[in-house]
Amino acid sequence: MSPHPQHPAVEVSGLVKRYGSTVAVNGLDLTLETGTVLALLGPNGAGKTTTVEVCEGFRAADGGQVRVLGLDPKRDGDRLRPRIGVMPQGGGGYPGVRADEMLRLVAACAANPLDPAWLLDVLGLSSSVRTPYKRLSGGQQQRLSLACALVGRPELVFLDEPTAGMDPQARRLVWELVSALRADGVSVLLTTHLMDEAEALADHVVIVDAGVVVAQGSPAELTEHHADDRQLRFRARPGLDLTLLRDALPEGLQVREASRGTYVVHGHIDPQVLSTVTSWCAQQGVLAEELTVARRSLEDVFLELTGRELRS
Amino acid sequence: MTERFAPGTFTPAPGRGKLGRMLLAQARTETVLTLRNGEQILLTVLIPVALLVAMSLMDVIPVPEPRVGSATARILALAVISSAFTGQAIALGFDRRYGVLKRLAATALPRWLLVAGRVVAALAVVAVQVVIIAGTALLLGWRLPSATGLLWAAVLIVLGTLSFGALGVLLGGALRAEIVLALANIVWFVLLLIGGVALGVDTLPTWLATVVDALPSAALALALHDAVVEGTAPDLGHVAVLVIWGVAAGALAVKTTKLG
Repeated sequence: MSPHPQHPAVEVSGLVKRYGSTVAVNGLDLTLETGTVLALLGPNGAGKTTTVEVCEGFRAADGGQVRVLGLDPKRDGDRLRPRIGVMPQGGGGYPGVRADEMLRLVAACAANPLDPAWLLDVLGLSSSVRTPYKRLSGGQQQRLSLACALVGRPELVFLDEPTAGMDPQARRLVWELVSALRADGVSVLLTTHLMDEAEALADHVVIVDAGVVVAQGSPAELTEHHADDRQLRFRARPGLDLTLLRDALPEGLQVREASRGTYVVHGHIDPQVLSTVTSWCAQQGVLAEELTVARRSLEDVFLELTGRELRS
Repeated sequence: MTERFAPGTFTPAPGRGKLGRMLLAQARTETVLTLRNGEQILLTVLIPVALLVAMSLMDVIPVPEPRVGSATARILALAVISSAFTGQAIALGFDRRYGVLKRLAATALPRWLLVAGRVVAALAVVAVQVVIIAGTALLLGWRLPSATGLLWAAVLIVLGTLSFGALGVLLGGALRAEIVLALANIVWFVLLLIGGVALGVDTLPTWLATVVDALPSAALALALHDAVVEGTAPDLGHVAVLVIWGVAAGALAVKTTKLG
């Protein structure tokens, strides 16, 4: 498959990128092993797109080392591009072009392309092949862009926010596609600000914020850092006085109203804790709704590390 | 997850397509897009043909005899300006807005081929315009010039397309699409009126004529007049003006053109 299987698919170390006085990426490291999926997870403005565009050769790094399939993407761009598939953020096409014309043009640039008609069909674009690009919905433009990234049978694909603007069915399809790519040995680097997406798809998650890596590892490693650290969540009337509950719970557990009407208990949650919470609710005369016990999610990890919500 | 994709569907088999095939695919796509666009057809074919008919049959604009031949030379120049400059600038402005340059730059297409594809498409559109305009002119009574004249006309049309194309890329590659749209149309109108296209340079006031003589529009119209009407090689001064504008615009456009 890869002529240089000894290289990781993507190797970035100490990447720095500035725009004027703004530092977009500040010493970022990441490694995408061949045949795996890496998710670059972070809020808007974290430096995800900049990092990807440096890897694609669209931008020059101000510092650090970038190797993609063992090549320098800026200097060896003409040798690198035939081997990679790129889905730029927001897609891209001539305003008047039809989906099949655009995909056939991109397919003509590849030596062994997939069948464009099949790909359009799989991505649910067959019924709108005659619609000019500018009249396609955002989700349709995204799906065409994904088709363009895959049509050349690349060994490595960069997907920048692949599911942005897509409805749940299309999102599900993208997830299936990424899994199929991985199963067939394609390396995938994707960016997302959706933690469930990163959790579902990636072998390795790199959480970035303000241009630096704040954590990285497999989804399991990131969320199981404290194996017995779980959380209990429930919804009830907003503004309940939590003092009595705090007194009733064992040491080391934290209770807070995370958002209006949503209460979260953090720590070692056992059946006794659950019983304490429900009897406290009974004393307060409130019904705890949507009560769940879960391991912490990537979102909790992110919140803990940066003090900020991921969806911003 | 359901097995929608058979194992092996996406097994990597990367590689660059054949250069000729890539060039042809891009040039064909861009040519078809231009010829399918109503505004482009209005600008590049309908207005020039209407002006050719008006200038040949009506005495509103002073045109030297032989009337149809002189009008044909000027309208061929206008057609080149319309598609290579105004049409190209507007298309490029909106192509950038819709991210197609970045999309294509991310494929195996080498950068030089991206430019070459646009040039071939521009020449193909001009060829269609020339056939329609020459056909109309012949119906209006235009008498074909000598072989030398025809050969020079062809050379000048290609040269004009390259020079005005470079100017179009310079404008369309750097500014926001709406500004490109406004400027490209204003420049077209100004060149048509006082750039030596509709009105001959000799009918302009002397002070203006000196300036207009140095414009690529007048240079192309006058050079085409020599070839199309006189059937001779054009004044090399006009050719030089055209080349200088084209080279300068091209050199500048390489620095200023943005993908997105």
